[in-house]
Amino acid sequence: MSQKPEKLIDKKGLRLDGRKPDELRPIKIEVGVLSNADGSAYIEQGKNKILAAVYGPKELHPKHMALPDRMVLRCRYHMAPFSVQERKSPAPSRREIELSKVIREAIEPAIFVEYYPRTATDVFVEVLQADGSTRCTSITAASLALADAGIPMRDLVVACSAGKVEDTIVLDLMDIEDKVGSADVPVAYMPNLGVITLLQMDGILTPEEFEKAVNLAIDGCKKIYAMQKEALKAKYVSVKEVEE
Amino acid sequence: MSTIVVRVKQKQIAQLIAKGKRLDGRGLNDYREIKIDQGIIEKAEGSARVLLGKTEVMVGVKIETGEPFPDTPNEGVLTVNAELVPLASPTFEPGPPDENSIELARVVDRGIRESKAIDLEKLCIAPGKKVFVIFVDIYVLNHDGNLIDASSLAAMAALLNTKMFNYEIEEGEIKIKPGYTALPVRRHPVSVTFAKINDRLVVDPWLEEEQIMDARLTITIDDDGNICAVQKGGSGYFTPKQVFEAVQIAREKAAEIRKKLGW
Repeated sequence: MSQKPEKLIDKKGLRLDGRKPDELRPIKIEVGVLSNADGSAYIEQGKNKILAAVYGPKELHPKHMALPDRMVLRCRYHMAPFSVQERKSPAPSRREIELSKVIREAIEPAIFVEYYPRTATDVFVEVLQADGSTRCTSITAASLALADAGIPMRDLVVACSAGKVEDTIVLDLMDIEDKVGSADVPVAYMPNLGVITLLQMDGILTPEEFEKAVNLAIDGCKKIYAMQKEALKAKYVSVKEVEE
Repeated sequence: MSTIVVRVKQKQIAQLIAKGKRLDGRGLNDYREIKIDQGIIEKAEGSARVLLGKTEVMVGVKIETGEPFPDTPNEGVLTVNAELVPLASPTFEPGPPDENSIELARVVDRGIRESKAIDLEKLCIAPGKKVFVIFVDIYVLNHDGNLIDASSLAAMAALLNTKMFNYEIEEGEIKIKPGYTALPVRRHPVSVTFAKINDRLVVDPWLEEEQIMDARLTITIDDDGNICAVQKGGSGYFTPKQVFEAVQIAREKAAEIRKKLGW
């Protein structure tokens, strides 16, 4: 068990890992990392290490579940037993079932589901190591895996959290800040359309603080969006180099 | 799953909302009638039934003793569970809880937990060893839309109705004494749910509005008008402006409901 730190923000206004309040954790993204999947992505955001894979569009079984006018999108968010301090049972928890639902509903608005009637697409997210805001990191990876699978999308979906830690609104909460802090606001965003596709909150915030947190999270999303696009391009640039 | 009737009504509902009206005559920010009965199940420590229009939800509270969570050794445990009972809707199937009932329970739970509605420290019997466990079981009896708000109201009404037996501790064992005391409830979170239809927000959607909505947004407000839980649902989106508008409306609606119920 880790000890609860006394202060999450020091006198200079820096956080436990030395970040400023509006600073993201270091992010590393790679696209097309799994050979069997139709699309895949791997992301590290601070200590979060998450793999996302897409299989589909494909035939849906059982067939009566298929929809005549659109694709069925399915999503499974799952944490590896070794991803957290105390071993997590591999059976899906109630939290994982809820997160699977909200992640699916966060990425679905981006997909032209009507282009693939009677089909299903599976999005699998495996959290290999968790250190706070994993649902956001998962969405960022899942939308890249969908793009890598060549599924037509309106925009990439990118997600980032903001929250309140000791009276300061901060960006991209890590685990300890989520647990000890007073509020957590995960936001998923489509930057080109300027719309929010996931929004949750727990904790206590005044309406002013809430608005500030949502806007800060959106700023964070825009920064990650640039990295997402770079990562996607990088895969195809490297393919070209091999050809030459 | 949309029915044929809904497909036919869909256009009408959406067109009316564009004009600021609703098919059942309500304004965009109006709730249906709320009726609450408390203490309807004698064998439960607390209970309530809420009618929100035709949506009917019953909540029973049971209290047992158990172990506290390791990270909160001095606090009682709150557990919220929701059952979408098959008799409540043709779309509810028997079986283990699906993602909808889990989401419902977790959103209601979040509002109660994050607002610190129950003084959980008063439910500690022996720190780190024995605490009271509060089971809040949500039972949906008739589904006509907006299960989240109906369930949140029913859960709070049941908790306010909950009585705990008096006890004293003798050699680490609980001895029950005569009489009852009320559960230490100190806050009254109220959730306000919006549906986005035709790019406009409507409060307290009924079933047919839910079937055509693009997205759903629930904002839970505590006694001070602060936000204690938010949940977006459905496969659509909201603009940031719509979200901030919804917060203002939610604050007004929550204050109205709290005043009406005397919470």
